[in-house]
Amino acid sequence: MPHQVSVFAENKPGKISRVTEVLSRNNINIRAITISDSGDYGIIKLLLDKPAEGNECLKNEGITSTLKDIVAIIIDDSPGGLHKAASLLSNSNINVEDAYGFTIREKNQAVFVFQVEDVPLTEKLLKEAGFTIISDKELYYL
Amino acid sequence: MYLHEKIETLPRKELEALQLERFNKAVTAASQTPYYNKLFAENKIDISKIKTLDHIKDLPFTTKNDLRLSYPDGMVAVSKSDIVRLHASSGTTGKSTVIFHTQNDINKWADQVARALYSAGVRREDVFQNMMGYGLFTGGLGLHYGAERLGCMVIPSSTGNSLRQIQLLQDFNSTVIHITPSYALHLVEIIKEHGINPHDLSIKKAFFGAEPYSEATKEKLENLWGLDAYNMYGLSEMNGPGVAADCIYKGGMHIAEDYYIAEIIDPETCEQLPDGEEGELVLTHINRDAMPIIRYRTRDRTRIIPEQCKCGKTHRRIERIKGRTDDLLIVGGVNVFPSQIESVLMNVPEVGNNYVIVLDRVDGLDKMNIQVELYSKLFKGDLNALKKLNKEIVEKLRALIVINPKIEFMEPGSLPPSEGKAKRVIDKRII
Repeated sequence: MPHQVSVFAENKPGKISRVTEVLSRNNINIRAITISDSGDYGIIKLLLDKPAEGNECLKNEGITSTLKDIVAIIIDDSPGGLHKAASLLSNSNINVEDAYGFTIREKNQAVFVFQVEDVPLTEKLLKEAGFTIISDKELYYL
Repeated sequence: MYLHEKIETLPRKELEALQLERFNKAVTAASQTPYYNKLFAENKIDISKIKTLDHIKDLPFTTKNDLRLSYPDGMVAVSKSDIVRLHASSGTTGKSTVIFHTQNDINKWADQVARALYSAGVRREDVFQNMMGYGLFTGGLGLHYGAERLGCMVIPSSTGNSLRQIQLLQDFNSTVIHITPSYALHLVEIIKEHGINPHDLSIKKAFFGAEPYSEATKEKLENLWGLDAYNMYGLSEMNGPGVAADCIYKGGMHIAEDYYIAEIIDPETCEQLPDGEEGELVLTHINRDAMPIIRYRTRDRTRIIPEQCKCGKTHRRIERIKGRTDDLLIVGGVNVFPSQIESVLMNVPEVGNNYVIVLDRVDGLDKMNIQVELYSKLFKGDLNALKKLNKEIVEKLRALIVINPKIEFMEPGSLPPSEGKAKRVIDKRII
């Protein structure tokens, strides 16, 4: 299963640039970035080409960071593509803690990332329904 | 000028003789309580040797912690059936400090407050709107009984509900108010918002209580409201309000010396200081049957003004309280020690080592913001988990210190470290 790097971000300017500076200096590429915010603090979520290494680099710089299991699927970049997956999870009573996606223009496809409690079960359900689950490597080298 | 002329103008010699007589009685009563019995025995105190007021120096101090150790009734000197009321101090760790009163004590306390109000020019014709919290806290009921004893009409409007407060002020022509300074700042704005000029109201006098305030804030409030404010000092361990109070000359607060023996000590050496020198106020209650307390360390910093006041009272004055000899915070009228907050935070594994308490005042209400560092090794990268953790800390703190703080999570290493004398409290309140 793939991993996302989650970084704690307090409500202060300059946090994102501090994270991107560390990653760029260590030659780590960011595939996708999203921020969940609660008003006073938030979490920066990063898909990196080298997640474990990126996580270590950030930690070494004193940044509060952790690796988190996620589920990533490929869906058609067309109307209703995401709905199929979302309704499947909803019918199976799986709570999506957070989700985000990005498109791959050349392939006319989209990648969707789910943050859920039970990653193996979610992967299994999606696979059975015919979705393409992508692995760590595939995700970062799309 | 005086409600109890004889006692308030008693020549010093006679006053001191009365104090000695009551002091002996109080120490004898105390020696029969489990707490003081043990304490006197341990310190080999022979109370029969007390012949002068100066002998008070031979007795040990009583601290807030001693009151907790004697919880619930280790200092009670009367039979339970004679007790008619208890009060408890706010926001304390674990066991609170509880003070008991007999009917006679309640009557004496009412007299004491009535006397203080009278000295500040309050009369039975006045309408007294008591916008202070009732309950375990002594401020509300203390002034209520005192004003009633004096013969005022008391409006027990308690705290909050500003529109009703304003209506009561208008409909019953309240002439004296008892209110926290922060609520007074807030309420006067609401009064103005409703197109009422506060100076057109009938209010003449105010007593601000429950929170420390500066002279500048007092003057600001006097101007905003168009009234005359008087300082009054008290603490629940010594009954509550009325321990010392301004007379109309406002040259310091007269201690009710027929109720207390006041000493000023050096908080470090615990030695008595001469009149006029600043130090910690130590009070012995010599006029309460249910619970005599000997040499109570108030932790309040002041000095005794030895000179006679123009008003003719012989009871000495203390200056307004200049601060604390400990780090007690008073937030929204609740007493909180930073150590209480620290003990909660440090028992949460996800919390790091450092924290800062930021106090501020918004719309007249005290706000507590606590910045806490996260412990990076337990960071799960989950916003919901952080929200849950935040709620959990707030709940724990609220259960302990009554107030509702806001918790702000911080990056580890972003707050001043715990070594040395880190500044843990930032007080932005203007008062």
